[in-house]
Amino acid sequence: MVALNTDTYVIDAQGLRKRFGDETVVDGIDLRVPRGGCFGLLGPNGAGKTTTLRMILGRAVPSGGALTVLGEPMPAAGRRVRARIGVVPQDDNLDPDFTVVENLQVYAGYFPRPARRPLRPYLMSLLEFVALADRAGDRVQDLSGGMRRRLVIARALVNDPELLILDEPTTGLDPQIRHLIWSRLRELKDRGTTVLLTTHYMEEAERLCDRLAIIDRGRILAEDTPRALVAGEVEPSVVEVRAGSRTPPPEIVRQARVETIDGVWHCHTRVPNAVLASLQQYPGLEYLHRPANLEDVFLRLTGRELRD
Amino acid sequence: MDATSVTDTADVMEPARHWRLPAPRPVAFAVWRRNVLVWRRLMLPSLLLNFGEPFLYLLGLGFGLGRFIGEMDGIGYFAFLASGLVASSSMMTASYEGVYSVYTRMVPQKTYDGMLATPVEIDDVVAGEMLWCATKGCLSGIAILIVATLLGAVGSVYALLCIPILFLIGLAFAGPALAVSAVAPSYDFFSYYMTLVITPMFILCGVFYPITSMPEAVQHAVLALPLTHAVALVRPLVTGAPVEYPLVHLAVLAGFAAVGFYVAVALVRRRFIV
Repeated sequence: MVALNTDTYVIDAQGLRKRFGDETVVDGIDLRVPRGGCFGLLGPNGAGKTTTLRMILGRAVPSGGALTVLGEPMPAAGRRVRARIGVVPQDDNLDPDFTVVENLQVYAGYFPRPARRPLRPYLMSLLEFVALADRAGDRVQDLSGGMRRRLVIARALVNDPELLILDEPTTGLDPQIRHLIWSRLRELKDRGTTVLLTTHYMEEAERLCDRLAIIDRGRILAEDTPRALVAGEVEPSVVEVRAGSRTPPPEIVRQARVETIDGVWHCHTRVPNAVLASLQQYPGLEYLHRPANLEDVFLRLTGRELRD
Repeated sequence: MDATSVTDTADVMEPARHWRLPAPRPVAFAVWRRNVLVWRRLMLPSLLLNFGEPFLYLLGLGFGLGRFIGEMDGIGYFAFLASGLVASSSMMTASYEGVYSVYTRMVPQKTYDGMLATPVEIDDVVAGEMLWCATKGCLSGIAILIVATLLGAVGSVYALLCIPILFLIGLAFAGPALAVSAVAPSYDFFSYYMTLVITPMFILCGVFYPITSMPEAVQHAVLALPLTHAVALVRPLVTGAPVEYPLVHLAVLAGFAAVGFYVAVALVRRRFIV
């Protein structure tokens, strides 16, 4: 049983809890991240994503439950486990006093190096991987936000990790950089690295993740493949109707689950053609018919109120 | 944390967890090395800063006051002052590094967060930082020692024994400085530490005049301060006199270094491990 867990799951959390004083930030989650592929933790701000990651890394001590990472108990085995993990934190913590390649060199020095392989060519290959090879000698202060993020990703790979953990890897980046990062993460995944990421971008989750857990208020609300989540949690079609101040007519309410938000009816339905036919009786309404997506699942499960 | 609200055993255990004995490993030298690499780049301005102030004291007070004072405690005033400043410059440099620079790495620059995502533990970070603060303190003490030698204030080749002692002095002040950084809410906090703790030691612990010239009660009080023992070791080695009670002085400095390390590790854990 233990051997099975070690081989199959890189992270195995059972009833994991974290409290800060009166506040329960992680409230008894069961989380199993299979080896290989990309696993996403999706949740609004303050859902408990970052605290969960901190427990996985040994930076937060669980208040209850059990947690093993790469088959080892956490936080007890922190040193050994972190030797096999790469971390891309939410905040940039590159060393501003060093050049690009020095950042990697110094960071590599924090890991045990079993074989004395020549380090520099390996580090240059990492810089090539994130398209920064031509900036190797530049000061970190002179890099753009997207370059810094790519350097943080390269830095997370200096120990050739089995598990790469990324906390909101593409927040605040422009589309070109996001696509580059996504393609690199897919490449890592193809090479067998397990990727665990937190995000609140649905598009990112849908494109990258093989499995997703939607987490809110410290609990896991749903966990499955993105496709299965969409199929299982919401109706397959959405008709969005710009309706102004009008209220949805009863026949549409019978055909669909209607949410009215800022003068738009969101009609979640299994019978889109019937809804569209009903709409013909009300000329002048603008509408859009689209398949349901992960965002619908997310909003259904976590609600629409603002989280600041 | 509000003790009354705690029900989980893990929460109750928390203080004990922070105060568990530190067990640093050789990777602490990687932390030390990181600081050396940064320093190498900024070496000249950094040395000038660490060196400039004691150098001014030495020239200004040593030559200026020295002319009127002549001898103090049986030694020429210039040599008396120079030997005191060799000891205090290690204290000053290690303390400045241990508060301002350490805090910069610990908080705004998030250097520790990066390190703690690797096999490096807080015990290693604090050990590496202390070694580095002591290295810097030692270097600035050596710089003053060289000037003092050039100006004829060094009376014996035993002055070379000051070098390991300067390192120990650096450690004795690095530990408390790191502990202060670990609890500091912002940079402003360090003005209190420097003004209320370090500067009084600089004035009272025998750098400028022998502690025997103070009232007896004050003499007893300053015996509890590490700089007194640092000066008591360094001065005779520089001037060529026999060191009295060397083991006591070494033990006090080592004690401050050890307790400072332990407290600093516990407080940095409290800041970083939630």
